[in-house]
Amino acid sequence: MKTMATVLATAVVAFAAAVPAQAQAPASSPTLDAVKARGFVQCGANGSVAGFGMPNAQGVWTGLDVDSCRAVAAAVFGDATKVRYTALTAQQRFTAIQSGEVDILARNTTWTLSRDTSLGLDFVGVNFYDGQGFMVKKSANIKSAKELNGATICVQPGTTTELNLADYFRANRIRFTPVVIERLEENIAAYLAGRCDAFTTDVSGLASVRASNTPVPADHVILPEVISKEPLGPSVRHGDQRWADIVRWSLAAMVEAEEIGLSSTNIDSQLNSTNPAIQRFVGATGGLGAMMGIDNKWAYNIVKQVGNYGESFTRNVTPLGIERGVNNLWTNGGIMYVPPVR
Amino acid sequence: MRMSLNDPTFRAIFWQVVVIGGFGLIVWWLISNTLRNLEIRAIATGWDFLTREAGFAIGESVIEFEPEHSYGRALWVGILNTLRVAIVGIVLATILGTLIGIGRLSKNWLVSRACSVYVEFMRNLPLLVQLFFWWAMFQDAFPGPREALQPLPGLFFSNRGIKMPIPAEHWIHAWMGVAFLAGIGASYFMKRWAAARQAATGEQFPVFAATLGLVLGLPFVVWLFGGAPVALDWPVMRGFNFQGGLTMTPEFAALLVGLVTYTAGFIAEIVRAGILAVPHGQTEAASALGIRKGPMLQLVILPQALRVIIPPMTSQFLNLTKNSSLAVAIGYPDLVSIANTTLNQTGQAIEGISIIMAAYLTVSLSISVFMNWYNKRIAFKER
Repeated sequence: MKTMATVLATAVVAFAAAVPAQAQAPASSPTLDAVKARGFVQCGANGSVAGFGMPNAQGVWTGLDVDSCRAVAAAVFGDATKVRYTALTAQQRFTAIQSGEVDILARNTTWTLSRDTSLGLDFVGVNFYDGQGFMVKKSANIKSAKELNGATICVQPGTTTELNLADYFRANRIRFTPVVIERLEENIAAYLAGRCDAFTTDVSGLASVRASNTPVPADHVILPEVISKEPLGPSVRHGDQRWADIVRWSLAAMVEAEEIGLSSTNIDSQLNSTNPAIQRFVGATGGLGAMMGIDNKWAYNIVKQVGNYGESFTRNVTPLGIERGVNNLWTNGGIMYVPPVR
Repeated sequence: MRMSLNDPTFRAIFWQVVVIGGFGLIVWWLISNTLRNLEIRAIATGWDFLTREAGFAIGESVIEFEPEHSYGRALWVGILNTLRVAIVGIVLATILGTLIGIGRLSKNWLVSRACSVYVEFMRNLPLLVQLFFWWAMFQDAFPGPREALQPLPGLFFSNRGIKMPIPAEHWIHAWMGVAFLAGIGASYFMKRWAAARQAATGEQFPVFAATLGLVLGLPFVVWLFGGAPVALDWPVMRGFNFQGGLTMTPEFAALLVGLVTYTAGFIAEIVRAGILAVPHGQTEAASALGIRKGPMLQLVILPQALRVIIPPMTSQFLNLTKNSSLAVAIGYPDLVSIANTTLNQTGQAIEGISIIMAAYLTVSLSISVFMNWYNKRIAFKER
């Protein structure tokens, strides 16, 4: 045992010694190298939440989260279609990203301290500011979440939702019974069959479920209480800073594009703009791409092929009946704000 | 022994050392590699999380559980929930399987055909499909709690489960439990005494009636001493759901019914095989000695059939216990379901999976040890 501990310690020390050496050679990113060699980005997405990550009737994946993966593919390959998707349940997602099964986890995942640290993830930004709510049947005649004392509530396991739910009821000194089913489809089926009085997840998820999974959406109401803050965003494995940079700034570029007025329809006409911010953005000056080890036209490719954040939102989320609200740009009264792309 | 590969003894030892050494190296490599990778990816390791507050609620539990309790207690709740469904399932599957196995040998055409159809149907459908079927049945076939079916006063069927009244809590119940155990102990000694007396004098003793009297009568007497409390805790519809009474949730019911009916199909075949394995000559010989039907089954047929039945039955009990882990698909909070949630909230997959493995291994090995002991006890003893 002692020898094994010694060998382990040696291995750890050897690795620790190797870290500074890696930092001196900034171009090396094991994930980026693997992605390039493979020819596509492996994206961990939801698979059953319309508007965020779900294949459409033609089998093409669409959604706000899907667009963050497509943006990375556009930045790395200049081709937003070079993405393959893995549908992950709430419980599978962290193991999938930890083990390297996927390169990006873009599955409406809340950024929390414990996930950022002990789960070995690196959250690179927020693509949707959300909060948790409850959906009930209209016929139940419930007006507030505080009236849910004694209710049976359907919830997915392994989510912040599950923890917030327990916190909220504890704080309000009321009781509930959880029904915990792993797959979203079965969870919704249980709610619709009346096994649960309420279904809880992020408000965006509720809107998505109401719009696409209920027979008559008008029969279900989302209660006014939002019981938590849920900043949803893509994450990558801890320890590959170069790859984290690429994913972080691909997301930021979409928001920045909206801010400076670039969209998929007008970016070609802006290529020769004299505005220095736009020149930097489209890669004519500044060499921002090279700093990340990718093509200088990375941001142009993202906007041209995926669109800016506003376009992605309008295309994916607006049809669910969700207002732009806090997800508006900070210049329009929202809180969507990214560091400058320069 | 020469130190050469041409020497058989040396060769045998040499290759065994090589194999064990190689195996050890692989295990060491796996462990060290895993630890190093966890370290690189900054994923937490260790068992500290067991004492941290869980923060999630669990739908049903044998012991009290609140979100402020620890992960360790949550996992314990999971183990108890698994044991609950496994123990009840094993008892019910044995009873149902035995009845169907005997039924298949019946001379009544309808009974034997019906049992055959049951066996073939249950054995040939995947268990997961059957679980989803029962789950959907319980969910969709029964009305909501407000419109619950009430076949008997106080007994409610709804999609929230089956509700029934239970005796209201009373201090005498604990003593009745003690009396019940004492009754079982006393019956054991009574049986030994009766057997010894019969061997010595040939006089028979009504063992069955006396056992029944001891096991049920003793708790009844204690109950009378406690003032014969008859108060019941009735389920009452209040707010969203029933309060009070005893609940059997749809998830537990679906899992139990699914496991019992599925495993009973296999047990039926084992029982049938066991009975058919006793040569007909044994029955004829017993008849020739003038032994009646009942004692014949008990003294001649069953002891020989059990020798064939017990070993495969052990496998079925183990299967049922392990199959209960499919509960995760239909939302029954068994060990796998809770361990999954735990490893997802803490990110400590390796620890979570080791707990699952250790728990199932402990339960399964305990069942094996008990069944092997029982098998040895009833095995044919050559004199």
